[in-house]
Amino acid sequence: MSDFLSMGGYAVYVWGSYAAAVAVFAWNLIAPRLRRRALRRQLHGARQEQA
Amino acid sequence: MTWIPNWLHRLASPPVFHGFADRLTPWLALASAVLLGYGLVGGLALAPADYQQGEGFRIIYVHVPAAWMSLFVYSFMAGAAVVTLIWRIKLAECVLTSCAPVGASFTALALVSGMLWGKPMWGTYWTWDARLTSELILLFLYLGVGGLQQAIGDPRAAARACALLAVVGFVNVPIVHYSVEWWNTLHQGPTITKFDKPSIAPSMLWPLLSMALGFTTFFGYVLLQRVQNELLWRERGNPWVRETLA
Repeated sequence: MSDFLSMGGYAVYVWGSYAAAVAVFAWNLIAPRLRRRALRRQLHGARQEQA
Repeated sequence: MTWIPNWLHRLASPPVFHGFADRLTPWLALASAVLLGYGLVGGLALAPADYQQGEGFRIIYVHVPAAWMSLFVYSFMAGAAVVTLIWRIKLAECVLTSCAPVGASFTALALVSGMLWGKPMWGTYWTWDARLTSELILLFLYLGVGGLQQAIGDPRAAARACALLAVVGFVNVPIVHYSVEWWNTLHQGPTITKFDKPSIAPSMLWPLLSMALGFTTFFGYVLLQRVQNELLWRERGNPWVRETLA
């Protein structure tokens, strides 16, 4: 396990890259969801205010 | 345009597209999970260490798919741009707009993972060789498309401007790809995307291809959601939007 984590001494570079990938994937998953929520509030919420 | 099949014509209708995207996204999510899952296990655990770079080569499973995606997404975006400029189809405008931030994120990932790979192997985070420089320009092009979209108020005028930039910038895509052949670069030459047998071991190659496909299905998943959002916003005056968001 410690061999796996140390990646032959390249830990910072390898895990740094995978961490960057996780960040990019997370942003791509979260940003559209947040926008959809905002749209729902703005557009559906406005309708309810008009009604 | 009588050569367009009926189903494609109907798909350009915003409510039809929305339903289509809703039905497709779960499958893309599943495919991404499976492909990325195998790619990660294969790349991090099953593939043997490289005889020169040791375990450090495993950055390839992030860097190369990200770089391929940076070019693929730009090509996709440029295709949408051509459709926008010629036929002015709203769906194409939304695809064009939605590709920019996603493509930028993959390009940034390619650059960052490349820097982290370069430091231990080349002894430097950066050099202004043709591959790295043209990929950085690709990032600027993506940011330019996104910036134009934000800056121009009218969505249709914004789409026209973005489409022009996307199409003009497309010249950079073959430049990035062939940079390692046309110039002397620190970045290595092609091992897979060339007209020859790949010069990489199969046990290293299969997880890489799986990651590339996983990145692609993930892009599809994200793109569909972003395009849905764009359409919902643009069509906000129409009743189908309120029904959909209920």
